[in-house]
Amino acid sequence: MSALTRLTLVEARDGLRARQFSARELTAAHLDAMAAARSLNAFVTETPEHALAQAAASDARLARGEGGALDGVPLAIKDLFCTKDILTTACSRILDGFIPPYESTVTAKLWDAGAVMLGKTSLDEFAMGSSNATSCYGPVENPWRRRGDNRPLVPGGSSGGSAAAVAARLALGATGTDTGGSIRQPASFCGVVGMKPTYGRCSRWGVIAFASSLDHPGPITRTVRDAALMLQTMAGHDPKDATSAPISVPDFAASLTGDIRGLRIGIPQEYRVDGMPHEIEALWRRGVEWIRDAGAEPVEISLPMTKYALATYYIIAPAEASSNLARYDGVRFGLRVPGDSLDAMYENTRAAGFGAEVKRRILIGTYVLSAGYYDAYYVRAQKIRTLIARDFQEAFTRCDAILTPTTPSPAFALGEKQDDPITMYLNDVFTVPADLAGLPAISVPAGLSDDGLPLGLHVIGRAFDEETMFRVAGAIESAAAFTAEPQR
Amino acid sequence: MSNLIEGRTGPWEVVIGLETHAQIVSEAKLFSGAATAFGAEPNTQVSTVDAAFPGMLPVINRHCVEQAVKTGLGLNARINLVSVFDRKNYFYADLPAGYQISQYKSPVVGKGEIELDMPDGETRRIGITRLHLEQDAGKSLHDQHPTMTYVDLNRAGVALMEIVSEPDIRSAEEAGVYVRKLRSILRYLGTCDGNMEEGSLRCDCNVSVRRPGGALGTRAEIKNVNSVRFVMQAIEYETRRQIAILEDGGSIVQETRLYDSHRGETRSMRSKENDFDYRYFPDPDLLPLELDAAWVESLKRDLPELPDAKKARLVADYGLSPYDADVLVAEKSHADYFEAVARGRDAKLAANWVTGDLFGALNKIGAAIETSPVSAAALGDLLDLIQDNTISGRIAKDVFAAMLETGKSAGTIVAERGLRQVTDAGPIEAAIDTVLAGNADKVAEYRAGKDKLYGFFVGQVMKETGGKANPALLNDLLRKKLAG
Amino acid sequence: MALDKTIVARIATLARIKVPDRDLESLAGELTQIMTWIEQLNEVDVTDVEPMTSVVHQTMPMRADKVTDGGDRDAILKNAPQAARGFFAVPKVVE
Repeated sequence: MSALTRLTLVEARDGLRARQFSARELTAAHLDAMAAARSLNAFVTETPEHALAQAAASDARLARGEGGALDGVPLAIKDLFCTKDILTTACSRILDGFIPPYESTVTAKLWDAGAVMLGKTSLDEFAMGSSNATSCYGPVENPWRRRGDNRPLVPGGSSGGSAAAVAARLALGATGTDTGGSIRQPASFCGVVGMKPTYGRCSRWGVIAFASSLDHPGPITRTVRDAALMLQTMAGHDPKDATSAPISVPDFAASLTGDIRGLRIGIPQEYRVDGMPHEIEALWRRGVEWIRDAGAEPVEISLPMTKYALATYYIIAPAEASSNLARYDGVRFGLRVPGDSLDAMYENTRAAGFGAEVKRRILIGTYVLSAGYYDAYYVRAQKIRTLIARDFQEAFTRCDAILTPTTPSPAFALGEKQDDPITMYLNDVFTVPADLAGLPAISVPAGLSDDGLPLGLHVIGRAFDEETMFRVAGAIESAAAFTAEPQR
Repeated sequence: MSNLIEGRTGPWEVVIGLETHAQIVSEAKLFSGAATAFGAEPNTQVSTVDAAFPGMLPVINRHCVEQAVKTGLGLNARINLVSVFDRKNYFYADLPAGYQISQYKSPVVGKGEIELDMPDGETRRIGITRLHLEQDAGKSLHDQHPTMTYVDLNRAGVALMEIVSEPDIRSAEEAGVYVRKLRSILRYLGTCDGNMEEGSLRCDCNVSVRRPGGALGTRAEIKNVNSVRFVMQAIEYETRRQIAILEDGGSIVQETRLYDSHRGETRSMRSKENDFDYRYFPDPDLLPLELDAAWVESLKRDLPELPDAKKARLVADYGLSPYDADVLVAEKSHADYFEAVARGRDAKLAANWVTGDLFGALNKIGAAIETSPVSAAALGDLLDLIQDNTISGRIAKDVFAAMLETGKSAGTIVAERGLRQVTDAGPIEAAIDTVLAGNADKVAEYRAGKDKLYGFFVGQVMKETGGKANPALLNDLLRKKLAG
Repeated sequence: MALDKTIVARIATLARIKVPDRDLESLAGELTQIMTWIEQLNEVDVTDVEPMTSVVHQTMPMRADKVTDGGDRDAILKNAPQAARGFFAVPKVVE
């Protein structure tokens, strides 16, 4: 592995500005790493020529001293972000061959800042999953393996490809989306940093929609500072997205002072679930000690609606998805399977184009919106969502940030947890509430399981207060001093 | 007036509610920046948002909201300061997203009312249930290819106002008057051009029949009727169809039907039986629409004068009959033309000339008043020449015809053709003398009691003067001379 | 709430996804499992609670009435599985 791929994003950015190496060299090193790690199956589409062309342009700007915020930094892009003239699939057969004539707002901002696109990463189909195993391009392998065990592990999902790529040092950073935990959970499984900002911070325009009120684009990186820097560029009001927050973007990196003295950190009692593995609990306790040592005050808080969050999510997300995915019908783009009538064409196309998990969720979503069930399910779920948001509002009068584990377990093996859909859903039990309430949240690698697998700690902040969330995350990162590296 | 229909087994009452879809006049579409102009090449006015490409999002057009609020105010309706956009989910080739953005439980406009002036002089009040904003769908062409349907998305996403009437309409005739009145109001407001041939205004007719005083019957919906005439025909047919079924002991199926204007009948629409479940839910890509009360007030203040008010004013200020006023206010441009002519002149004369001669002429050459060869000012000049006796009413008609043809002013034509009315007694007396001298036998007959011959003498004298004798003076002098 | 084959078949039609008869049974089982698990939400007292309309607390932004988009037919038709003479082509619909 080249030394260049061992840099953090910030180090690389600084090194480029200081002309210690060229953008071309930096990109080439990552392209080589990608080629050597193809067995991970993290990438759906590699874009080496495009990347080298962008790198050359970066070098020209850097030579003139006109480098942008991320000039020359090679990134991987989750294949849920539409990239102009480059295949974009959401890892679904139904988008076979789809070449968008437009660029998503978030990725456009990254390219405007000078970043380089290495390729599109794999994800659970239409972002529905926690293992990346539902991608139509096959599963992604977690670069981490259990100690003394050769079985491939899942990287988590849905942003599994992005997390694996960053963990295996194939990219300095990657974009992901988080709807129920799809950035933070794979980040935790892969021992990297993953965060989602407040809902509306990053534009959803050009991001293939899963659940509109829950989708959050965000960065996956190896350090908290890297994430702050990437978010700086990704965030910002977009007039093309009516749910985009008309709020200015603060200097996120400036919040990483390392000083969390006097902050109150909420520890929610309801997150202590029955049967929680001891290593997770132990890590959480260590986290509490770290923040106490750093001068912050842990405070017991209550989030009573926590246990209902997952079920609430599994009504709202499928409902919105069932409507968002109606446009995949074989008429204007993607797969078309012929039929002897329009309806037959729809039915054949969607049966062949969607995988089993996506179909399940579309059917659940259609059901809970259907006549006779709308009030009992969808409206009720939206009311409970109000209560969940209220829980947090209440809690945030007594604390400034909340600390929990990210996941109830470390990465599991491919093929495990497949007994029934619900076992897979439970992976998101700690991450889901922050999506429902639209609050910023981050996972920081904080320790190793008994098997030697990474475990993450999770910080939730107030709405539009990513700064405090980053500050606490930075303090945990320092205290944890996580230096373990994946085997692959 | 009874609207009851005598059936074989007794009287029936038809109950009609109309849902009108009116395309909003705007440059761009309701949720995207694509153009709305009619008649463009297929798929050349389509944004990736309209075509529901992956990742696309709607952003609402402020002007379309304004047009909907103005329309609500023009219908004397309640404006809801908070309203919500919902997705109406169903699959069809011209609906790219698989859902239409519409408003279901919380529309932007609530209850209102329209007054209809019926031909028999009666006034009927028809309630408006609501008005909401929604996207129009694209167009499917089924006749371009033997096995394929062609889809054009130019119209997909254009802003529509759906205006729902209460089921207060009781005859096909009333339905026709309602559509005409609604169309007129929309055109006055400038919120919809009401062009039914181009599809700017379309009606869904909900028709049911019942025994007078009885419970509401099952209704059928006749979709997408695109002319006033067809609305009335479709309702007539459907009413008879339903009565026939019921009188034979059958029952009405609640269904969607189409009006086939070639055959003059309504037909059941295929499929869509399973899809009455639209699974409405609030669109998560949009926020609730919140209107500022002060802004709504300012729109109300700035509303143009609407047909009812204009009609009342024309009757009051110009002494027109309600009938004449009605005809004139049907189109704002007609009323404006009339007022330009009538200001400072004889209103009745102006009304007659505008509604009779001008409209007749425009109809014949197929011109609209906006492109009338004779402007209001020019017509006014002509009327001035009548009123100051320069020409007679009869000659004026010839002058008018010449004005239409040549575009010249009335004054110019009268001068060029020497059409000035003769108002000197001398030449008229001379002409009378000539006529009487040449028709001595008839003079004798007249003096003997054959009064009918009077008209003959008038005609002859007029001919003798080249039609230019002032009629009143002619009569005066002729009578004297005939009396001897 | 138990979902049987008939209900699943109806939902599949609404969603325009063809589900072969042989799969209806197992799919019904999976969906029933999920819906049963969701039943726990009935425990929650939601009296006087408003459904969340949006996580976002802001007024809806509006756009100016200007033509800023469309006019690129090629871009719109480029990805179409079947297009002809400037139209999207689909199996004929009989009304």
